[in-house]
Amino acid sequence: MSGMYRDRVRGPKKRRLSFQRKVQLAAAALFNGYAAGFQKGKIFTSGSKALCVPVLNCYSCPGALGACPIGALQTALGAHHHFPFYVLGTLMLFGLVLGRVACGLLCPFGLVQDLLHKLPLPKVRVPKGLDRPARYLKYIVLALLVLLLPAFLPSDTGVTPPLFCKYLCPAGTLGGGIPLLLADPALRSVAGALFSWKAAVLAAILLAAALVRRPFCKYLCPLGAFYALFSRFSLCRMELDAHRCVQCGRCESICPMDIRVTQDLSGPECIHCGRCQEICPTEAISRSLGRRTAGEKNGPEASK
Amino acid sequence: MRSALRTRDSSLLRLGLLVLALVFLGVGLARGEQQEVLAKAVRICLECIGIG
Ligand code: SF4
Ligand code: SF4
Repeated sequence: MSGMYRDRVRGPKKRRLSFQRKVQLAAAALFNGYAAGFQKGKIFTSGSKALCVPVLNCYSCPGALGACPIGALQTALGAHHHFPFYVLGTLMLFGLVLGRVACGLLCPFGLVQDLLHKLPLPKVRVPKGLDRPARYLKYIVLALLVLLLPAFLPSDTGVTPPLFCKYLCPAGTLGGGIPLLLADPALRSVAGALFSWKAAVLAAILLAAALVRRPFCKYLCPLGAFYALFSRFSLCRMELDAHRCVQCGRCESICPMDIRVTQDLSGPECIHCGRCQEICPTEAISRSLGRRTAGEKNGPEASK
Repeated sequence: MRSALRTRDSSLLRLGLLVLALVFLGVGLARGEQQEVLAKAVRICLECIGIG
């Protein structure tokens, strides 16, 4: 680097609402724009629900205007028993165009985790030895709960339930289960052990999010795993200008995914939230569309 | 040189994946799979909300 850029170091920018937060709020409102649904305890039932949204947003959330791609994938495999051409094609397009921009800027459950992490509670850094292998868990969730078991697990009824939705998905409990049960006494009366399990999973993930940055995205989300597989090919990229970088380390300390920003920016674990870009005092980090620079690393090793 | 080749390979793969995604999407639409997605999404999914 470059003494010349050292002279141009800016102090941290002061903003009320970051670009990321504005986009996250707008996206959450857009994907869940059927406000009347929350009041009535009913879900939206028009044609837009044939379209998958690029984020983890339960289609049984009363506000949801589109379909959850992870739910739709399990249904095609487990209930209709065919190759999911439509959902997979849609997901691949999202992966190729947006990649994990969907996670950093658009996903409502990402926003929930970001907001919870602002609570004034002690913060925890997961030790490297646990963090690195645990990041592979989300690929196992994708392969097993979303793809293989729904496709191949035999069932008496001929319909394998959407296992990720049923046992793990916190977005379904938070966006669908809780508002619907609050609004509908009939649903409340049939809630049993499964609901208690899902509520406990949700509570554990929300508590973890208050202590650790984006735990669900790092370790469990199958949609994040799918997009991570496409990060190499995604049109949206984050770029680092090594000549401008003064190695101050501010980007690495703010990164919610604990990425070694100066070495592995835009890898599979990078969610393109842009926080490194905002904090960088020399404007060395930018967003770009298009080519991947050669030599970027892939895989969960890209985290610190 | 090597890295230029790698970048070119990446671009080719990206293009290949894009074509594949569009083919999948086209086949899915032709088979009417969007109707299945709609049918699932307009009913409350009991598994999703922790009831069934
Ligand atoms: S990893 Fe999953 S939950 Fe996290 S932001 Fe991405 S899609 Fe949403
Ligand atoms: S490297 Fe930058 S853009 Fe990527 S997740 Fe970390 S802070 Fe966000």
